[in-house]
Amino acid sequence: MTDISARPLRPARRRSSKWAQKLAPYFFLAPFLVLFIVFLVVPLFYALQLSFFRETMVGGIRFVGLDNYGKALTDQKFWDGVLLLLRYGLFQLPVMLGAALLLALILDSGMLWARAFFRLGLFLPYAVPTVIAALIWGYLYGPSFGPMTQIADYFGLPRPDLFNANTMLYAIANISIWEHVGYFMIIYFAALQAIPADFEEAAVVSGARAWQYVIYVKLPLIRGTILVTVIFATIGALQLFAEPYLLEALAPAVITSSYTPNIYAYNLAFVNQDYNYSAAISFVLGAVVAVVSYVFQLVSARREGK
Amino acid sequence: MTNLNKPDFRLGRRGFLKAAAAGLATPALANLPGIAHAQETVNLTFWAWTPRTENQVALFMEKYPHIKVTLESIGGEDQNTKLRAALRAGSGFPDIVQAEFQRLPSFRAIDALLDLTPYGANDVKDQFVDWSWESVSDAAGGVYAMPWDSGPMGLLYRADLFEAAGAAEVPPTWAGFAELAKKYAVDNPGKFLTNFGANNGGWMIGVLWQAGNKPFALNGTDMTIRINDEPAKAWAAYWQDLLDAKAVDLTPNWTPEWFTAFDNGTIASWIAAAWSPVQLTNVANQSVGKWRAGQLPQWKDGEFLTSNWGGSTFSVIKPTAHPEEAALFATFMATDGEATRLYNTDQFLFPVRKELLADKDLMGTPSEFYGGQAVNEVFAEAAEHVIPGYQFSPFHDVFTSALQENVGAAVAGNGTLADALDRTQEAMVTYASEQGYTVIT
Repeated sequence: MTDISARPLRPARRRSSKWAQKLAPYFFLAPFLVLFIVFLVVPLFYALQLSFFRETMVGGIRFVGLDNYGKALTDQKFWDGVLLLLRYGLFQLPVMLGAALLLALILDSGMLWARAFFRLGLFLPYAVPTVIAALIWGYLYGPSFGPMTQIADYFGLPRPDLFNANTMLYAIANISIWEHVGYFMIIYFAALQAIPADFEEAAVVSGARAWQYVIYVKLPLIRGTILVTVIFATIGALQLFAEPYLLEALAPAVITSSYTPNIYAYNLAFVNQDYNYSAAISFVLGAVVAVVSYVFQLVSARREGK
Repeated sequence: MTNLNKPDFRLGRRGFLKAAAAGLATPALANLPGIAHAQETVNLTFWAWTPRTENQVALFMEKYPHIKVTLESIGGEDQNTKLRAALRAGSGFPDIVQAEFQRLPSFRAIDALLDLTPYGANDVKDQFVDWSWESVSDAAGGVYAMPWDSGPMGLLYRADLFEAAGAAEVPPTWAGFAELAKKYAVDNPGKFLTNFGANNGGWMIGVLWQAGNKPFALNGTDMTIRINDEPAKAWAAYWQDLLDAKAVDLTPNWTPEWFTAFDNGTIASWIAAAWSPVQLTNVANQSVGKWRAGQLPQWKDGEFLTSNWGGSTFSVIKPTAHPEEAALFATFMATDGEATRLYNTDQFLFPVRKELLADKDLMGTPSEFYGGQAVNEVFAEAAEHVIPGYQFSPFHDVFTSALQENVGAAVAGNGTLADALDRTQEAMVTYASEQGYTVIT
């Protein structure tokens, strides 16, 4: 401690310590940078390079320029997957984030008894690995022996069919909402807790009701947080993979090899052995995600400007 | 594919010069067959997924103490993916792999398998059931694997339920079977005579094979594709009729629900393979003693034709550093009396060696689960009636996936089974052309 405070007093060592100070952050960032380059940047460039080639069983590998991208842009299977995810997002995002926000507001209101218990309990599903969650729900949904079927049978009701082409998307959305609602709730809760208590006092003094305080004070103050979570959740929705991949065994006719773009890319690479086209599909999906996120940010920034 | 018929590299003077000129000298030298000297230990890596394979490996090492075999168990599907990745990377591949019959053409297509003929493969040819040898060798005389186990198809059925439905025996023809299935579904609402595995590509390929379908024939780079040939269309019409009559169960295969349905009598029979009887024993507990095994119904009365579903082989990976020892190991595993007997008594696999199929002790053991019937005898008989000449494609996974997807859609009401076969045909023709094959339809 004393040594550090003494250093700046010695002009002879100032220069080197300045360098050290400048380099220090990079030194600490180095482990991240190395991993980032080795496991993200290099594979990314490798995949980019792959996407410009085509390998066939007869004839081997040849450079095809942007052919794979041309094929991807007109690939019905790919765009059907993207459309499906947009439909999925339009349902899953508002429900999940709305529920998370509502729960966070309830927790934050201070009216709740055993707050820590609820906070932890609601967060717990997030700690369940996605694979396990999908398996659990796959069992719960099971059309001939799952509990939902058993309950329906007990009351003499028709068995719910959660695995047909129309209901599957909601069945998947339900799993991912169950998994992530606690996670987003914690983020909102942390933001709400950061609002100084004086604001509430001021609102109460001015005669605002509780709901008015929520709508006009709390929500505008955590607006930034909400925007970030919407972008996170959008990216998450467009990357949908594990849940449908695992439910495929139970509903093979509905969940096809191109159900979502990620599943399509996976099957192209590991079933069709078409790594080149799979790489191109992945980059196009990346572009779709970037465009959707950018458009969203643009819209919300413009609103903020007004 | 271009390298398919490339002769093995021999280090003759001319060959060496050619290779050197092509700039290949270094890898060629590195690939020199590593013939072990008297006491030098040779290390081999072996990938297999069957349980307790280490017992057979131990038998081998006992007999050949200078060869040390390391067994790695990676698991069926993952093993194929990993093997492809390792071959592509050029490192980390094993010397010997267990490979299913239907995968061999796919591995041949990437030139991954060593021709075993220089290592005496043809000397053991006569030990194997004909169709199995045909599946591991090609017209040019190359042998690319040693057959290990198989799955000739037959029918597992509930004798009590069949009898209650007025069928003392399995109907000898598919026509009779369909008639019974329709009557059964009417008499027993919610219950079915059998199941149709729309998500089970291996099964569909097996039953199509029995119907006489010959989807692929490869000759160099010329590929004949006839997925929707005459017998396949007849097959599609047959099952479509049962689907339309709602006389067949559609529970997705390999799910707990499916096994439960066999056990609780919802499905009265399973169009199955020789390895199925043991599998059923493991998952059923209410229906013990009520099952029987029989031959598949026939498409033409009086015929006796069946097909094969599953089973595996041992292949030597071409870039191995020890081809001689690896070939020796593969041959031992597939032909040694004790090792191959073990796989039937310990691993419950179904043999392809004639000697074992004819072994009364081995095949004649009665099973309580099957009411004291010697089920293996049924499948041993079936093994001799597998339709020869069936070829798998070099893109088996793509074909299976397309078949499952299209048939799955048809079963869900999107078109008929015949449409599904047409769509699969179209998809495979496109795929094969894209892959550079000259497609003949």
